[in-house]
Amino acid sequence: MWLYEKKMEYPVRIKNPDPRMASSVISQYGGPDGELAASLRYLNQRYHMPIPEATALLNDIGTEELAHFEMVGSMVHQLMKDAPADEFKESGLGPWYADHERSTWPAIGTGVPFTAAYFASKGDPIADVTEDMAAEQKARATYENLLDLADDPDVIDPLRWLREREIVHFQRFGELLNKLYEEQDRKKCY
Amino acid sequence: MMDQKQALLDKIRAYEFAAVELNLFLDTHPGNQRAVNDFNAYAAQIAALKQQYERIYGPLINFGFGSGSKCPWQWINEPWPWDVVNEG
Repeated sequence: MWLYEKKMEYPVRIKNPDPRMASSVISQYGGPDGELAASLRYLNQRYHMPIPEATALLNDIGTEELAHFEMVGSMVHQLMKDAPADEFKESGLGPWYADHERSTWPAIGTGVPFTAAYFASKGDPIADVTEDMAAEQKARATYENLLDLADDPDVIDPLRWLREREIVHFQRFGELLNKLYEEQDRKKCY
Repeated sequence: MMDQKQALLDKIRAYEFAAVELNLFLDTHPGNQRAVNDFNAYAAQIAALKQQYERIYGPLINFGFGSGSKCPWQWINEPWPWDVVNEG
């Protein structure tokens, strides 16, 4: 089961609303390389891993991604919370406001909703962990794109921290992939 | 009051982050004795700090895995982690 700890993994304290920035950041909430896709990818793949290191790592990174899902959701919430409707309209976000007002929702800023098609669970451990490594790099690239768009230090700080987590996860998945190849070789020589 | 609460929470967050990092590292290096020792040391410190926090400010974890509650039920107390004013 999961427990909720009443704190962020890393603080998110954005004081100035900016719905336009929210509409970019929300990609890491419900977009193709976002935290929800990451979490669901790993939590689905963990059931069919051949070595205990793999089951544990997918379980644990899948869990940490839920904490990142909360951080990105909090960023979107804080960026929208006190913005007047006019500011949504002026930023071209009238359509978002019409359907969602200031609420978070797993989608990208243009309104395209989250879909399980953003991730795979192939059933083949080497194929799946190779996908996981690419996913971490794509998330890192997305955070770098968001950093190009951000100018508020309150937004930049958590984005930089989240970017660094993608690099650590990539490293761990790389170590895991080597172990999976070793396991494959071991099984071949009876 | 709020500064002390924030400082204690920041300390818990820092120790927990070290434990998360060591946990993921140990998932792919389960035989690393030094990392196990470090993880155990952080885990003990986190438990003590959480107990201290919960005694003063109420439960940090739901479903009975933290400390108990006074009446009225403290879990519903604001702020939540996404509230900007006081919390992170």
